[in-house]
Amino acid sequence: MSRTAVDLWVGIFVTGGQIALLVLALKVGNASSVSETDGYRIVAEFDNIGGLKVRAPVKSAGVVVGRVERVQFDNKKFVGRVTLLIDKHYEFPKDTIGSILTAGLLGEQYVGLDGGGDDQMLKDGEIMKMTQSAVVLEKVIGQFLYNKASEGNTQK
Amino acid sequence: MIKAIDGGIRLIGNQVVNGVWRFGSATRFMGHVVSQTMLGFRRPRLLLDQVFFSGVLSLIIIIISGLFVGLVLGLQGYETLKRYGSAEALGTLVALALVRELGPVVSALLFASRAGSAMTAKLGLMKSNEQLSAMEMMAVDPFARVIAPMFWGGFLAMPLLAAIFSAMGIFGGYLIGVVILGVDTGAFWSQMQASVDLRYDVVNGVIKSVVFGAAVTAIALFEGYDSPPTAEGVSHAVTRTVVTSALAVLALDFVLTSFMFTGF
Repeated sequence: MSRTAVDLWVGIFVTGGQIALLVLALKVGNASSVSETDGYRIVAEFDNIGGLKVRAPVKSAGVVVGRVERVQFDNKKFVGRVTLLIDKHYEFPKDTIGSILTAGLLGEQYVGLDGGGDDQMLKDGEIMKMTQSAVVLEKVIGQFLYNKASEGNTQK
Repeated sequence: MIKAIDGGIRLIGNQVVNGVWRFGSATRFMGHVVSQTMLGFRRPRLLLDQVFFSGVLSLIIIIISGLFVGLVLGLQGYETLKRYGSAEALGTLVALALVRELGPVVSALLFASRAGSAMTAKLGLMKSNEQLSAMEMMAVDPFARVIAPMFWGGFLAMPLLAAIFSAMGIFGGYLIGVVILGVDTGAFWSQMQASVDLRYDVVNGVIKSVVFGAAVTAIALFEGYDSPPTAEGVSHAVTRTVVTSALAVLALDFVLTSFMFTGF
């Protein structure tokens, strides 16, 4: 094999590898969605975050508008502090309600934002006032059983 | 009786001491290789030849096995996911399995048996033909002229091979899932994109393949350089290269996975 043929093949190989990397990054991965720097952070405090994980999506009206950046425990108020990284293109009013929802019956948990009617918008680092905790199945079942039992008592 | 036990203990001790000894000299060997890197980069032709030797010649086997691994993943994944009514998640399954694990690991194993064994055999034969000694006689450092370019060639080729493997695998999964079994195209790609993260999944996969590339090439070169200069010695060295690098890749994969994917 002559020298130029080696060059050609190495060129083909390296180009092919780079194209494959690019395909993995753009077509397979979500490089085009919210990047780490282009956004602002808002904090939401939940009584119970359920199974919410870091990098879970933040959705408003079903559209992904950000990601969960950090989940901490506030040892003074005994609540879960969730830091949300929101895409800079989207703004939400101050009275936005954040709730932890589940995609499908067994799906991943995500944060849902329901926009309110306030004139002022949430800014970087601000705390969302109104939140709704995750539904914990055991609590729901417990409440259901409790209600059933009290119903039975009143009927007697 | 006591003699047999004594002999057994001696054998084990000998093996352990030998192993540690070899590990030490392998580390010194790699240090020497890395310290002689500059010539390969000053004369890119040397490096280019090695990228051709370890990368381009492994291209066919990587492309074909990537495609078939993707096809099998598509079939098996579809069978299982269909039971839970979530065949659209096939894209996620195929992409995550390939990008995180199968791409780097399987291509490293193929790389070890295709390129690693060839490197060992080449070095072993050069040694037994006294070509390496001849180079030293001509005041050409065989480390700078032959071994370091081989190392960097393999080091550069391996991540590219793993990326090609993963891309071909995903294409194979697409062929089976979308073209033949009729999963919706949009759902296939969008579910994949929703769950594969660039930094968490893709970049970690690339880091894995870089580490595997370095490990496999280092083992192959050391075994070749260290092989006894006989026909039998070279053949044993080639066998040891494939076995050791397969074990090293799998063990390193466990270590890296436990660092990278901690469940967050």
